[in-house]
Amino acid sequence: MKINLTINKKRYSHDVEPRLLLVHYLRETVGLTGTHTGCETSLCGACTVELDGKAVKSCTMFAVQADGANVTTIEGIASDGKLHRVQEAFWNEHGLQCGFCTPGMIMASKQIIDRNGTPSEAEIRHGLEGNLCRCTGYQHIVNAVKAAAAAGR
Amino acid sequence: MFAQTFDYTAPKTLDEAVKLIGGGAKALAGGMSLIPMMKLRLAAPEHLVDLGRIKDLNYIREEGGALHLGATATHYDVESSALVRSKCPLLAETAAAIGDVQVRNMGTLGGSVAHADPSADYPAALQALEAKIVLRGANGDRTVSAADFFVDAFTTSLGEGEIVREVIVPIDSSGASYQKAPQPASGFAMVGIAARVKKAGGKVTEARIGVTGLTNSSFRATAAEKALEGTGGSPADIQKAAALVAQGADANSDIHASADYRKHLAGVYAGRALSAAIGRAS
Repeated sequence: MKINLTINKKRYSHDVEPRLLLVHYLRETVGLTGTHTGCETSLCGACTVELDGKAVKSCTMFAVQADGANVTTIEGIASDGKLHRVQEAFWNEHGLQCGFCTPGMIMASKQIIDRNGTPSEAEIRHGLEGNLCRCTGYQHIVNAVKAAAAAGR
Repeated sequence: MFAQTFDYTAPKTLDEAVKLIGGGAKALAGGMSLIPMMKLRLAAPEHLVDLGRIKDLNYIREEGGALHLGATATHYDVESSALVRSKCPLLAETAAAIGDVQVRNMGTLGGSVAHADPSADYPAALQALEAKIVLRGANGDRTVSAADFFVDAFTTSLGEGEIVREVIVPIDSSGASYQKAPQPASGFAMVGIAARVKKAGGKVTEARIGVTGLTNSSFRATAAEKALEGTGGSPADIQKAAALVAQGADANSDIHASADYRKHLAGVYAGRALSAAIGRAS
């Protein structure tokens, strides 16, 4: 089936099998490997991307469902060589160790501060419930989201 | 993990979708339950009909003293809707308790209801709200009460070729609350209790208690409701009523919670939900 979509402001058009998951389409067909395939059971959130402004798990969505949509992946949030403020905050606050969960964490964190410029710690933790990190114990990630929110004010 | 191969159609109208589903195709809404099942090969539909592009299914509006929610309203739509938050806060509170942000961004009210997972959150609220569910089939619409809709685990009164079109919930002045014991990894309700209470002259005049997660199907705990009605709603009255919620229930048992533990949780969470609901009842 033919699909047309915009990914990180660039237009793409491909013929795909209906059962192809969005995460595999992004990684293998388009070549954007920043989005990670983790648990593949919609628990870990490593595959989180933005679909028309909403954070979604791209392992639990068929690429055909994204036909006509506007997709943003981790590769698409920095601009003109300048990191997005969530990326900057993860760096400054040591919001990662191994980095596997980081693309999804950053996309989920971006959703939190896009919807609420002044999130409380409880709201940040609630907003990250769909993302797992096995290294950091979350505290530095929460600090990073706080710092990113503050940087946007 | 790849699903079995299937054909995919994304119609723009409800009539087209109903026609395809009447011909044996499977409806896909947010896919938060169906897609994992397809990946695990627990489901292998030959033809998927994506309801996501049907504008007539995606709405939340007030009409005739009730809220009407289209089947493809997402959990995020429900939790963030100013209309739902002010007119039926119980439903918004329940939607906010489902899964995680990403799941709520995609998952839909109609999809959750049609899937009828025994641990889903919405059924408790819909039972307590005495919601109506409108089904669309080849012969038009049919309306069933939530009590009649949820039949058993993953089993509803949806007929062959029918889909959930909308959910109707009443707007009234009751105080309500949804409280659940989530399974720590998935967030699904090991037990979830929705309570809705009306008070007048210092007495509880009407109590409605919806239960999910405890048994194969959601249900209304009518013995507990009756025990609370007519009382002043004191902590002792609440305890007495909450103790009846799991009475006689054929409770589920799994690695997360034994039947006895689930029954215990039902009493505890019913107490919490009723206390909060009574506190909010004017």
